[in-house]
Amino acid sequence: MKSGFLEFVYDFYKSMKAHEIKLVYEGRVTQQITKAFIALAEAQMEENAETSSVQRKVFHVMVECLQNISRHADEYESGESLYAGKGIFMVSCTEQYWCVTTGNAIFNEKVKELKDMIEQINELGEDELKNLYVRQMREGRLSTKGGAGLGFIDIRRKTKKKLEYHFLPITDKVSFFLLTTYIPRIS
Amino acid sequence: MEILKIESTEDNPQIVLDRESDILEISGRSLPEDVNTFYEPMMSWIEDYAKDPLDTTVFNFKLTYFNTASSKIILDILTQFEEMIEEGHQVMVRWHYPEEDEDMMEAGEEYSEMVDVPFEMVSVS
Repeated sequence: MKSGFLEFVYDFYKSMKAHEIKLVYEGRVTQQITKAFIALAEAQMEENAETSSVQRKVFHVMVECLQNISRHADEYESGESLYAGKGIFMVSCTEQYWCVTTGNAIFNEKVKELKDMIEQINELGEDELKNLYVRQMREGRLSTKGGAGLGFIDIRRKTKKKLEYHFLPITDKVSFFLLTTYIPRIS
Repeated sequence: MEILKIESTEDNPQIVLDRESDILEISGRSLPEDVNTFYEPMMSWIEDYAKDPLDTTVFNFKLTYFNTASSKIILDILTQFEEMIEEGHQVMVRWHYPEEDEDMMEAGEEYSEMVDVPFEMVSVS
């Protein structure tokens, strides 16, 4: 093994420490992965004596974010080893908050719709969010992928924070969609 | 009617639907990979039950967590109860929630506003 790689590992480790990253994963998000991560995060929160209210919120956000990747991440290269449902998933924790970040490829033609949806959700107040959730539950249908179009609204309601997102163009067909959610530790 | 019993796992709840013993309940966590497939047996059991229900139906929700896809299924179940009431049957929901879990309590309250089904909120310590 080249020493350059080992140095990279150490730098990576330091970088994770500096950003207080507790968990990072890149790859396909399956139900097995989802279950493993929530178990890990729960164990970590127990260890940190996190309050049960914060634990529940982190759990909630993690599940919705992971299921978003598995349902909505688009493939961005052709070839046998690359597939949809892949992305990066990261959990970090500081004294003030837990932070759940996801990143995945998305076809450019879907970007506007997704952006508009997030912007709309960000603009709404608590009551409006509740109404939107109710309406979506009543009128929305479960997609073939099992999504109900409720995840973002729910994250926004549970954390009471605006959704932070970013789109990075990768190619003329695909962008990288990043979403970060902060869950305050002190309420 | 046949008893429907599904054991809980780390991502799906326990379901017990037993007409003879008057036990109708769902408990635990609900975040199955595919909610439609998981809940299909329960939905069709309730559909059958609705044709010949007990004099009074008491359904117990004892969920500690459910994801957003499951929240839609819960509304479908409640809507089925609403229809039973419209047909003249007596149905009530007992919504059990962990005492300190405000979100789960609010979820129950919200559902109770959405459907015309009597709700009893039960705080569990």
